[in-house]
Amino acid sequence: MSRPDVVVTGLGATTPLGGDVASTWDAMLAGRSGVSALTQEWAAQLPVRIAAQLAVEPSTVLDRVKLRRLDRSEAIAIVAAQQAWADAGLADSGLDPERLAVSVGSGIGGATTLLAQDDILEASGPRRVSPHTIPMLMPNGPAAWVGLELGAKAGVHSVASACATGAEAIALGLDIIRAGRADVVVAGGTEAVIHALPIAGFSSMRAMSTRNDEPEKASRPWDKGRDGFVLGEGAGVLVLERADHAAARGARVYARLAGAGITSDAYDIVQPHAEGEGAIRAIAKAVADADVAKTDIRHVNAHATSTPVGDMLEIGALHKAVGDHVLLSATKSMTGHLLGAAGALESIATILAIRDGVVPPTINLDDPDEGLTLEVAGHKARHLEIPAALNNAFGFGGHNVALVFTRA
Amino acid sequence: MTRDEITAGLAEILEEVAGVNPDDVAEGKSFTDDLDVDSLSMVEVVVAAEEKFGVKIPDNEVQNLKTVGDAVSYIAAQS
Repeated sequence: MSRPDVVVTGLGATTPLGGDVASTWDAMLAGRSGVSALTQEWAAQLPVRIAAQLAVEPSTVLDRVKLRRLDRSEAIAIVAAQQAWADAGLADSGLDPERLAVSVGSGIGGATTLLAQDDILEASGPRRVSPHTIPMLMPNGPAAWVGLELGAKAGVHSVASACATGAEAIALGLDIIRAGRADVVVAGGTEAVIHALPIAGFSSMRAMSTRNDEPEKASRPWDKGRDGFVLGEGAGVLVLERADHAAARGARVYARLAGAGITSDAYDIVQPHAEGEGAIRAIAKAVADADVAKTDIRHVNAHATSTPVGDMLEIGALHKAVGDHVLLSATKSMTGHLLGAAGALESIATILAIRDGVVPPTINLDDPDEGLTLEVAGHKARHLEIPAALNNAFGFGGHNVALVFTRA
Repeated sequence: MTRDEITAGLAEILEEVAGVNPDDVAEGKSFTDDLDVDSLSMVEVVVAAEEKFGVKIPDNEVQNLKTVGDAVSYIAAQS
């Protein structure tokens, strides 16, 4: 039996650039930054006092009582999933719930719930700890809530691979449909950990930008002046669907999810392999899995987080695994780094780049590193016909995920 | 504190915790069957009621509090 084609029929997101996909994409093409100063009292003591915070608070979208039971990462996963679901036109389609699965992950999970409830425990004792604490902080919470909201009965899955999570969740969705375990998978990532402890932790690793005086210029992938990533929050969700299922119901198709490659470095818990060996293999596997010519891959939405080492390793990996003909973009220059949601949001950007024939800009690339030997869409968006495009995501733990999307 | 005052206090808690319309809260109403308060929300209601009315409601008593009136009687007897 031949392998089923998988297409993308719905998109949803809530990001530092906008409360939905359309506003986020418009802001990206306009080159707007979602990074701002953290003015909260708890931030004053931190070495890093900037972040890319949500443009639209989930409290303006979801009911107050419901929000009491949701970690912020769960709430925004629901917001993005509801948008994607409506966008796909599946609400009244008669889809069998036993053919609907969910694959939504988070890099860090319900950390803000954990910390807030620990404050209550310390101040007021165990009896005051919320009975919703465990379902709010459990790592499978976002996937479970999305499954509950949409009535998914073919399994809800929660991948956790740090900053590769969103992309790996999409890769798992592809596998689920190819294996015949579902016809539709709602897949993506969510993250909401803008809080003193996660910032202090990343900051102690010297992984974050400290450009506190110029928030909008802090995330600058491939620029000589880059000094670390900027933490962002948000959620991105895709509706993946077996192509013949989508065709039978006349669904609008954004793009094909043609292939995925997943590898692990087995090298260091946080440092990427010195030659990018795992990244090279992931990209090569994704290209082979997609069965497309390398020359058709014209655009790459790179992982490029604005860290000194990682940005350049990816350039080397792309040279080896794809070639020197690609036009790159690093949308984290605008959104910050959404950790477990990054691969999902950037897949959405990759898909829309294919659809619209436009490569989003990479802002703040004022003084490119000499090691940047591939072409990048710099301060302005660039028009480009894109038959196929690649999205990379790498995570602490040595996770490497590459996804190939092609024109529908 | 009168029974009506306790009922009104419980109605405030139920609205905050579970989104129950205060107009629906009356002594004869069952927490689970009429007001749709699930088990986790009931825990929150009990803890909030202890704080509001300055009483202790042990876990083994909670199962006897089927209706708003049951809770009002228990709180009235303790306070």
